[in-house]
Amino acid sequence: MNILQTLEAEEAARLVEKRGGVPDFQPGDTLRVNVRIKEGERERVQAFEGVCIARAGGGVQENFTVRKISFGEGVERVFPTVSPNIESIEVKRRGAVRRAKLYYLRDRRGKSARIAERQMNTTAKGEAKE
Amino acid sequence: MRTGVLAKKLGMTRFFDEAGQHVPVTVLSLDGCQVTAQKTVEKDGYVALQLGAGAKKAKNTSQAMRGHFAKALVEPKHIVTEFRVSEDSLIEVGAELTADHFVPGQKVDIQGTTIGKGFAGGMKRWNFGGLRATHGVSLSHRSLGSTGQRQDPGKTFKGKKMGGHLGVETVTTQNLTVWRVDVERGLIMIKGSVPGSENGYVKVSDAVKKALHADAPKPGAFRALGSAPAAEPEAPAQEGAE
Repeated sequence: MNILQTLEAEEAARLVEKRGGVPDFQPGDTLRVNVRIKEGERERVQAFEGVCIARAGGGVQENFTVRKISFGEGVERVFPTVSPNIESIEVKRRGAVRRAKLYYLRDRRGKSARIAERQMNTTAKGEAKE
Repeated sequence: MRTGVLAKKLGMTRFFDEAGQHVPVTVLSLDGCQVTAQKTVEKDGYVALQLGAGAKKAKNTSQAMRGHFAKALVEPKHIVTEFRVSEDSLIEVGAELTADHFVPGQKVDIQGTTIGKGFAGGMKRWNFGGLRATHGVSLSHRSLGSTGQRQDPGKTFKGKKMGGHLGVETVTTQNLTVWRVDVERGLIMIKGSVPGSENGYVKVSDAVKKALHADAPKPGAFRALGSAPAAEPEAPAQEGAE
């Protein structure tokens, strides 16, 4: 690792530790992201719940995309994974998918946009590997 | 007037500030920045510090420069430059400057050699608008346009902006902010971009248009010649790990 990568990894580790860890999630999982929002003096937490359709980047620059259907309109938000503005990330449901980027969901609506739940044994295998 | 330092540009990245905003950061490495000579009024007619940075093989160093470095008891340096200083800011020869020479929040000026672009046209070199994409324009969408008037004056004035060589010029960017310093690894992190390519050397000095930061050490932060070897074995080990 060169110095730049070391610095990025250290910064990411520091920010993650401050938040108390980032859960293990992958594209296809349904996430609930609690985002800090500043309104003048007051700060409150707003949740954004949807399917993670992509993860990109690494270290302090890593980000993930969450897609949800809000009032019949598709909404996507890209979050920096280690941003101090994210209070916490909860994994609501594990999805079984065969792609790293689920951009095909953008062209789908309703029944065809569903993602099957990942079975427990596959999860166990994945955890055992780690 | 304090001395500046010679630093190597490692590259850019981004960090978060307290408000959660991304901050673009350029990482500079001090890379063994040592004082190689002092210029004094009695001897040279002006006051300055000569600094050297970066490693250079002795066999690739000229006999004259080898003698110069030997006199200062420093390893041969890749690059040598001078900083004008006031007489009370002279630092002893052989001292190695450290990253806490600058303090976070301080404004600095950074001088470097810009990336060469070769022969560039008017649009890239001078931000000319070019010609239209349609309406009968053919084969000259990126051309200059007019370069002058008619029979009177009958010539193109000197200094007319035209295509030509772009880049590889010395540029100073003023009033950049020091974001963070890392003394152990000898790193200075600057908010924003810095002229020059990665692995190129830049001159970092206190901003001329801003008052010196109150916490900035005077005449500077450095390790004296004797205490330098303690830190030196650490640096090559890091390079080997890369």
